[in-house]
Amino acid sequence: MTGRVLRLAETGRAALRFRFDGEELTGLAGDTVLTAILAARSTLRAAEFGPERRAGFCLMGACQDCWLWQEDGPRLRACSTPLREGMRLRSAAAAGWPGEEA
Amino acid sequence: MTRVLIVGAGPAGMRAAETLAEAGLHPVVVDEAARAGGQIYRRPPEGFTRPAEKLYGSEAAKARRLHALFDRLVAEGRVTHLPERSVLALSGGVAQVLGAVREEIAFDRLILATGATDRLAPVPGWESAGVYTLGAAQIALKAQGVALGRRIVLAGSGPLLTLLATQLRAAGAEVAAVLDTAPMRAQIAAGAAMARARPQTTLRGLRLRAALGRRYHAGVTLERIETADGPVAMHWRDARGRARRTACDMVGLGWHLRADTHLADLAGARFDWSEPFRQWLPRCDALGRAGDGFYVAGDGQRLLGADGAEEAGRAAAIACLQDLGLPHPAPAPVLRRLARMERFAHALARAFPWPAEAVRALPDATVVCRCENISAGLLRETLPLSGAEANRAKSLSRVGMGRCQGRYCQLAGAEIVAASAGRSVAEAGRLRAQPPARPAPIGAWLATGDPGAE
Ligand code: FES
Repeated sequence: MTGRVLRLAETGRAALRFRFDGEELTGLAGDTVLTAILAARSTLRAAEFGPERRAGFCLMGACQDCWLWQEDGPRLRACSTPLREGMRLRSAAAAGWPGEEA
Repeated sequence: MTRVLIVGAGPAGMRAAETLAEAGLHPVVVDEAARAGGQIYRRPPEGFTRPAEKLYGSEAAKARRLHALFDRLVAEGRVTHLPERSVLALSGGVAQVLGAVREEIAFDRLILATGATDRLAPVPGWESAGVYTLGAAQIALKAQGVALGRRIVLAGSGPLLTLLATQLRAAGAEVAAVLDTAPMRAQIAAGAAMARARPQTTLRGLRLRAALGRRYHAGVTLERIETADGPVAMHWRDARGRARRTACDMVGLGWHLRADTHLADLAGARFDWSEPFRQWLPRCDALGRAGDGFYVAGDGQRLLGADGAEEAGRAAAIACLQDLGLPHPAPAPVLRRLARMERFAHALARAFPWPAEAVRALPDATVVCRCENISAGLLRETLPLSGAEANRAKSLSRVGMGRCQGRYCQLAGAEIVAASAGRSVAEAGRLRAQPPARPAPIGAWLATGDPGAE
């Protein structure tokens, strides 16, 4: 699987390691979670109501297309959450994890 | 001291804060971003190194001025900036605010400078991963230094279409085609009025357009986005009706802007259908008074762009100071500049119109609501039951009830509802907003003020 986004500038930043669906990935300090995942993967998650996959849409916190799960803790909006070293993220809820959204 | 709450730290919110601080008040500014700037003057995270000239082009000096001004007011302790927080609800003089924790902020006066989102028209296939708004592509470039694809098609209409194509190319991205649904004759007809109101801005737009050369096509019809795990190609017809196919792996869509009026609605604004802007906008006077102690400014009030937003922010603060009986700057020069911005914006809207006919004619299988994949056909099927009224159609079809709360489907949905009833969109009515303005994790609602309380 290749990444969807192409880095054009600001590539000299420090590397940050994180996990996505159990795999070790590397992003850069200052990346949003969305940028870091899509630099290595083509999508963020499956759509709930259709066969296609989703990779964010507005990048400004307005469409809610980019919600992801953390291995422990609440869901987060990938386009507006800065990547942190050691994050453990999932494209879907862990089995038995209740819905967190109001 | 009177507590003035400003929501939004873009050009309108920053100028409103400055005007109030100059009058001796101490406003509180709540904003979703980590750093003040808004969308047009959005700042990258700390540690990014591209200079303002690279990020904002011809608008670099304005961006620098605004950022420096706001940072200074905050550093001097004259304005309180509360970043990375969303206002979810407003009632009885209290804002429910969600950041790392939930806070309640009581206020006496409220200035909403909530800006705008891209205005979207559905195109078959737009629900696929790899289709983004034009605004998203611009944010990705400015704030992250990335292109959202390797071969890009930009489609829609409005000034951002050309500007973004230019910015992406300058940064080294491959832009395969720029597809404008606005017919050339509409652009020419309205161009003179644009040039009269703002000659330099108009000229700059024409130069950018010319530099795109044969990538730019006016008067196109978008047929569908061919997808396979993301976009593969855009199928479209040129102004002469010839079928074309442009290979790509990313599509950016947008038809100018849609005012973000969700909080204005929750704050009790009344709304009027604006024929020039083809959307519902909060009712207010010339300075932005929308209710008792309640003001709207910037693109969330009327879509005048970043320069207009600065003026509207000043205007709202002046209205607030007038109502408090405090000394204030003279409103007349601000109102004159706003009138000129408005003449330009109306001409711009005529030059790059909303594609009403294309939306009304969308095939039944086209997804209208991206949140819940509800098709145009399903919406049309519920209309005999719901009648052609936007709110009833919403509750039966669920178009407008998804997570974006109608931000990206409402105008297209209203167009389809109106078309089926042979009515105008204005007659189909406006979707009422519900709190919260953003989906909020339950845990965040339980944690009040104390990060450890959960
Ligand atoms: S991509 Fe729209 S909210 Fe994140």
